[in-house]
Amino acid sequence: MWDSFYEQFITYDGYKLVLQGLQNTMVIALLGLVIGIVLGTIVAVIHVAGTRSKVARVFAAVGDVYTTIFRGTPIVVQLLVFHFVIFLPLKININGVWESVIVFGLNSGAYVSEIMRGGIQSVDVGQLEAGRTLGLSFTVTMLKVVFPQAVKNVVPTLGNELIAITKDTSVAGYVGTTDLTLAFSSLASNDYKIILPYIFLALVYLVIVIIFTVIIRVVERRLRKSERRS
Amino acid sequence: MKEEVKRQLLASDAYAEEDVSVAARLARGERVALIEVENLTKKFGDLVVLDDITEKVEQGEKVAIIGPSGSGKSTFLRCLNVLEDPTSGAVYFEGANLVDKKVDINLHRRRMGMVFQQFNLFNNMNVLKNITLAPVHIGLHDLRKTKAKNALLRFTNLFRSAANKKTLLPVQTSAKKIREDAKQNALRLLARIGLADKANVYPSTLSGGQRQRIAIVRALAMNPKVMLFDEPTSALDPEMVGEVLELIKELADEGMTMVIVTHEMGFAREVATRVLFMDGGKIQEQGTPQQIFGDPQNERLKDFLSKVL
Ligand SMILES: Nc1ncnc2c1ncn2[C@@H]1O[C@H](COP(=O)(O)OP(=O)(O)OP(=O)(O)O)[C@@H](O)[C@H]1O
Ligand SMILES: [Mg+2]
Repeated sequence: MWDSFYEQFITYDGYKLVLQGLQNTMVIALLGLVIGIVLGTIVAVIHVAGTRSKVARVFAAVGDVYTTIFRGTPIVVQLLVFHFVIFLPLKININGVWESVIVFGLNSGAYVSEIMRGGIQSVDVGQLEAGRTLGLSFTVTMLKVVFPQAVKNVVPTLGNELIAITKDTSVAGYVGTTDLTLAFSSLASNDYKIILPYIFLALVYLVIVIIFTVIIRVVERRLRKSERRS
Repeated sequence: MKEEVKRQLLASDAYAEEDVSVAARLARGERVALIEVENLTKKFGDLVVLDDITEKVEQGEKVAIIGPSGSGKSTFLRCLNVLEDPTSGAVYFEGANLVDKKVDINLHRRRMGMVFQQFNLFNNMNVLKNITLAPVHIGLHDLRKTKAKNALLRFTNLFRSAANKKTLLPVQTSAKKIREDAKQNALRLLARIGLADKANVYPSTLSGGQRQRIAIVRALAMNPKVMLFDEPTSALDPEMVGEVLELIKELADEGMTMVIVTHEMGFAREVATRVLFMDGGKIQEQGTPQQIFGDPQNERLKDFLSKVL
């Protein structure tokens, strides 16, 4: 068993495929989350500001439709729809990794918008009012006062989102992107001995998630310390 | 002679029909008070919280607002700087109707300080930054605006003949100077309240009394024309009420115009030049502290005073 795995992995350059898969998985997860944070934050702010004007209300409604759709359908289905219904017919020819980045970004944006909305609402409304009574605009008060506090409140939840999206990327192979799962699967399918590749696959995800968990804890502790600083 | 009588009649007619609304008085160039509230009504859903209030605050006045819980005192105060959007009516501050959506509300709010029951210091900033945030931001914003206008002028001047060139707007300040001035001003204000050593600490490490005094000087850093206080001592431990009231009294003695919602009747009696008693969304009675506390007329006011005094 070991011998054939070793052969697959080293002699037939299987490790290159796995490294490629690891890289793609990380790119999709991290870039996807970055896009998700930007998008989700915008949607959340528009929603919070939604009652202020008619234009904002229209945008808020658009945001609601977006979050409903992306939270209401499985990520695999979203990938398939984007691949076969949007990208292929429109002859948009982009690298499968970027295609996944876009879909995972949109998907995560829907979740992050809910997280951010909660984060913003967890900041006492008095903070916004204090800024406004000093003559600062809504936007400036949001950026300088409300946001930094909201972000502090949502770091743990955003950490969970990072872990979730990392594991979710395992379905990117459905549209032919070589992620970790697809890489290990192709090792397995080259051989009757399928046990080891899948065990290693599981271990790699586990290690990634543990590393992320540790990083998130450190960030959290840093943030909490800065608040107590005297 | 006949002509004379006719003219007098006309004049008295005109007088009888003279429009005394703030808008009309402003149009005639007449003086209006610092704050004039006109037919102010505020509803939350079906609940009428402010019921057609017309009132004014003259420069230099110290107006105390008293009344039972839920009578609309906070809402009234928050309508003065349109933190709460009135359902109908107008709020004039320095002759500008703040309810008018075309008015740049941020410009006017700079000149109205507000102090909350819950202090509302910015939790994510140290004390110094709390005080300098708004002055620095607004200073830099204005500077950028002036510079942008000058750039435009310079560009359009290229197409003007030498005689027609427009002069640039004066720029006497710099970003660095704005920051430094704001800092010095903040430190001066902190020294005044004896908290100079707290400039670099975060609000969470301060006592309620210290936080509230810092909230007050944060508002003062904008050089406001009027200060609005909403129960500034109600969230404080009893031993800290004194230091905050002392600071407010100092401001009053320096001539600051103020409107203060308070449950501290002793303070209202001592500092206020006029007391308003609110109940059921209306100003039921008003007068000097002597009149309100010494010789109340309104039954509800008598009832209220018998409970709180
Ligand atoms: N945002 C809001 N939405 C709905 N109702 C509100 C809102 N703000 C205030 N109210 C209601 O309006 C009424 C007046 O409230 P307000 O806070 O002005 O009273 P107050 O005189 O300041 O009372 P207190 O002495 O308790 O501070 C209350 O019945 C309150 O429940
Ligand atoms: Mg109140």
